[in-house]
Amino acid sequence: MLSFWVAPEDADQGISQRIFYFHVPIALTAYACFGWGAWKALRLLWTREERYDLESYVAVHQGTIFGALTLATGSIWAKASWGHWWVWDSNQLVLFLVLFLFYSAYFMLRFSIEEGPRRANVSAVYALFGVALIPVSFFAIRLAEDFIHPTTFTREGPQMTGTMFFAFCVSWLAISLVAYTLYRVELLGKRLDGNLRELREALSGVGLTEPPGAQVPALPGPERGS
Amino acid sequence: MSYFADVAALARKDLRLELRARDTLPAMLLFVLSTLVVFHFALPTGADEVAAQGLLWVALVFTALLGLARAWAPEREGGALEGLVLAPSDRSAIWLGKTAAVFVFLVLIELVALPAFAVFFSPIQAEGVVGVLLANIGICAVGTLLAAMAAASRTRELILPLLFLPLAIPLVVGGVGASVSTDPGRYLLFLGLYDAVFAILCWASFEYVVSE
Amino acid sequence: MSQADYVVAAYGIVFVTLLVYVAIIAAKLSRLERETGELAELARRRRADG
Repeated sequence: MLSFWVAPEDADQGISQRIFYFHVPIALTAYACFGWGAWKALRLLWTREERYDLESYVAVHQGTIFGALTLATGSIWAKASWGHWWVWDSNQLVLFLVLFLFYSAYFMLRFSIEEGPRRANVSAVYALFGVALIPVSFFAIRLAEDFIHPTTFTREGPQMTGTMFFAFCVSWLAISLVAYTLYRVELLGKRLDGNLRELREALSGVGLTEPPGAQVPALPGPERGS
Repeated sequence: MSYFADVAALARKDLRLELRARDTLPAMLLFVLSTLVVFHFALPTGADEVAAQGLLWVALVFTALLGLARAWAPEREGGALEGLVLAPSDRSAIWLGKTAAVFVFLVLIELVALPAFAVFFSPIQAEGVVGVLLANIGICAVGTLLAAMAAASRTRELILPLLFLPLAIPLVVGGVGASVSTDPGRYLLFLGLYDAVFAILCWASFEYVVSE
Repeated sequence: MSQADYVVAAYGIVFVTLLVYVAIIAAKLSRLERETGELAELARRRRADG
């Protein structure tokens, strides 16, 4: 929000320049989330502690959401600045498209494997591949410029004056904090979920009947529980 | 050097299996040739020769996918993967052996596909061929590992292309660049870089993919 | 669409996304609350039984 009031308009792009102030921080935050997810993945493989799986997953989840936002805001900016909803020239946008495809596949992979250590390991390895892909893709896209088409647009980062830079940093900080908060909240929620499930199994697995108000009562049949 | 002996034994086993069964290679061969013919019809007249070079890579990637989907089939059907994993040899040897076998399959296919392409469309320079070989390494290394991941999943063959294609994009860029650019060296170097980075990553992480 | 409209759209998307996120979290929290209530009930009955 600060960027809207404090930052002076950029001379050549005018008001649409404002989008830059949160588009780029969102992109940077997405990278950070993917990196964080990969770090947690590494820790999982290293220590085999189960909690890292959830932390890695939530981080990748956040990264994907921010990645999608990057694509959305980038697309809007492209339309505002150059009149097209998509520009292959924007390396960052293309990179995010590739990453978005990659991490979307992460979820497809994760949800098609039974819960357990195997799923955790596979997800972790995939997350590591993701961060390796980031620089490699970046170079690939740069190299591809040669024969895709020549870049006629200048780079996205405009020259920033002092106040603009300040506003940018504030925006970046704000978005990073939002991402971190959402990460903690999501993690908390999922852990709570897991704990509750365990509690429920523990409590109801000792021959008790169905919890009140839940599903249709089952047949008054054989003993449940181990 | 019993590690490499293991690798060689595993690769040889796969080659021998395929020689006997003869199901994957002919299918890949037919697929790549059919794809090339489809491309002829898919390219409007006056289309760039350069565009055709790009399509070669599409054909190669998808043919490789076809082969990779079946890469772990022998182990899966026989339940042999669990056995191999329990065996005393280094698990990464399993990956390396399989990668080597798939690489040989791919090269065999390309021995037919590349000349076919040259005849149907336009000739390929030496740099292009080197590019193909370098990209093969990447395709086989990454593909074999991803195929093992896919084997753990419910959706198996369905998910392999989804996993593979984003990772294949840099390879396509490198390969096409090596074929059409005025400075192929850069692209070949890039392919080498990709191979080095991802081969090491695959080699190191394979054991986690197949174990609990 | 004028330039300003695009800016509004961009802000809007980000805002809406965050809003949706918060809504999902709120829904999850109320579900968790219900479940803890059920489990507390279960525990109470257990204690009463034996």
